[in-house]
Amino acid sequence: MLSGFMVNAWVVAGIVAVVAGAVGFFVVLRGSAFVADALPTGAFAGAAGASLIGVNTLVGLGVFSVLGALGIGWLGRRSRHDVATALTLVMMLGLGALFLSFSSQYAPEIYSLLFGEVLGIGTNEIVPVAILGTVSVAALVVLYRPLLLTSVMPALGESRGVRPARIETLFLVVLALATSMALPVVGALLIFSLMIGPPAAARSFTDRPALAIGLSAVIALGTVWAAIAVSYQTNWPVGFFVGMLSAGWYAIGRIAVAWRRSRRWAAAGEPAEQSLRAASVRV
Amino acid sequence: MNPIVRAVFEPGFFTSAPVRIALLAGGMAAVVSGIVGTFAVLRGQSYAGHALADISVTGGSASYLAGIAPLWGFAGVGVAAAAAMDLIGVQRRQGRDLATGIVRGAGLGLAALFLYWGTTSTSTTGATVTVLFGSIFTISGSTAAVAAVFGAVALGIVAVLYRPLLLSSASPELAFARGIPVRATGALCLVAVALAVSLSALTIGAILSTALLVGPAAAAMRLTSKPGLAVLWSAVIGVAATWLGVLLAYDSYYWPPARQGWPVSFFVVALVLAGYLLAQFAVTSPAGSRRDMATRQDKASARLNGAGA
Repeated sequence: MLSGFMVNAWVVAGIVAVVAGAVGFFVVLRGSAFVADALPTGAFAGAAGASLIGVNTLVGLGVFSVLGALGIGWLGRRSRHDVATALTLVMMLGLGALFLSFSSQYAPEIYSLLFGEVLGIGTNEIVPVAILGTVSVAALVVLYRPLLLTSVMPALGESRGVRPARIETLFLVVLALATSMALPVVGALLIFSLMIGPPAAARSFTDRPALAIGLSAVIALGTVWAAIAVSYQTNWPVGFFVGMLSAGWYAIGRIAVAWRRSRRWAAAGEPAEQSLRAASVRV
Repeated sequence: MNPIVRAVFEPGFFTSAPVRIALLAGGMAAVVSGIVGTFAVLRGQSYAGHALADISVTGGSASYLAGIAPLWGFAGVGVAAAAAMDLIGVQRRQGRDLATGIVRGAGLGLAALFLYWGTTSTSTTGATVTVLFGSIFTISGSTAAVAAVFGAVALGIVAVLYRPLLLSSASPELAFARGIPVRATGALCLVAVALAVSLSALTIGAILSTALLVGPAAAAMRLTSKPGLAVLWSAVIGVAATWLGVLLAYDSYYWPPARQGWPVSFFVVALVLAGYLLAQFAVTSPAGSRRDMATRQDKASARLNGAGA
């Protein structure tokens, strides 16, 4: 399990997990799960296009995911955000289908783009992933305060001179970078699951943002490494284990929130049933 | 035959059986998706619609493993996923996308497992592509018939729920006050979306069926503020995009670079997006559109209130 090619898998998947956990905190905070889903899935069109004209896959992925981020930002300013995301996504997928139809032997690679080929990572793939990962995390550090401000209190951010639309676009570009680096190695499904499951759990364990980001990265790392270990033993796809474990983390987070809330109600002496009824009326 | 007509419709377009089935099944999927999609867009469930289409890949791969017709897998898993989304709370705005994403991640994880089993036992990677991108030209007649039944069920749900669904989408509080079971209505709407998506997943592929669900409906809601008219427009735009896409795909057989035809899904998606952008920029300027939306929504709810009183 620790032989040469497996070491690459541990290292690369570890980098991806930490970055996804950190970026994912803001994905969950801003409620932009759909965009985090659409960018990696749609970026595969870039990979198909790159293989068609004989360029490095990473270039195609990067170009398409950034274009997708800008497209979502541009369309989203003029219409509903979910509609803009959906339309950008389907257009990218449509282009991907077109590129695929031009080149005939791409089918196995689509499978690996969507579901990942973690166990076949070469040593030469570590460097680009490490560089792009560092850039994404550095961008998050720079954007940390305005991102947090516009996510939690958009109005206050605007009054302080932070432009929400510009921050949104910048965030989408960071998201695009983080996903395009991870796509060829771990697959669209895996990175998306890592971006929502662990951060959702981390957010329900603590209210402090910096702590939640750290916790989220740690949980994501543990999830990926556990998934790789089990996948190595069973030969089943890594994506299956990551998807299931992420869902499990989300469930644990929900249970933690429910438990804390019930304790708070008990402490405040407020009958839980009454507030439940109030909540259902609010729905 | 007139040379212009012959240039537009390549020879054999009207006599080929696959084309006829493609037009029929594709048109049906477009009508169902267009009508159901209006409610999905109105309720802000574009992501749920897309996730359900993705998850139906799981059903497709499961039925491929089990050796049953894909449509049953598509529909069965779609409805199960819709139920799961409703159970963990997609009806609340806050955290809804997150819950949808979690269900999608788990569903696709299962799909990875099924595809892995399928591809290792039969060593065909073609299954992945078939399930993900579908192909409108290889639908069998019997599949189209079952698809029609599913489509009819989805339309039936929407027709029965039409008024309560509109009211609970526009103003959940008001609907609750009127005694409409908001939660059950939403769950049934999601089931209708799942059925519509599984139908169109077979025609233009699981992932690209999002296009028919969201695009025509969003365009239609730009064109009109009346819900009934929006439903009609949405179906018309969807059918037009699908049929034109089939025609272009048929014609593209002789186009470069390879003489094998461009994919239908590309044409349909491009046409849907073009329709949306046209509707958006033709009707209003970007600055005015937001104000327009607000007044339109006010008008729509006022009309509903008037009708309900």
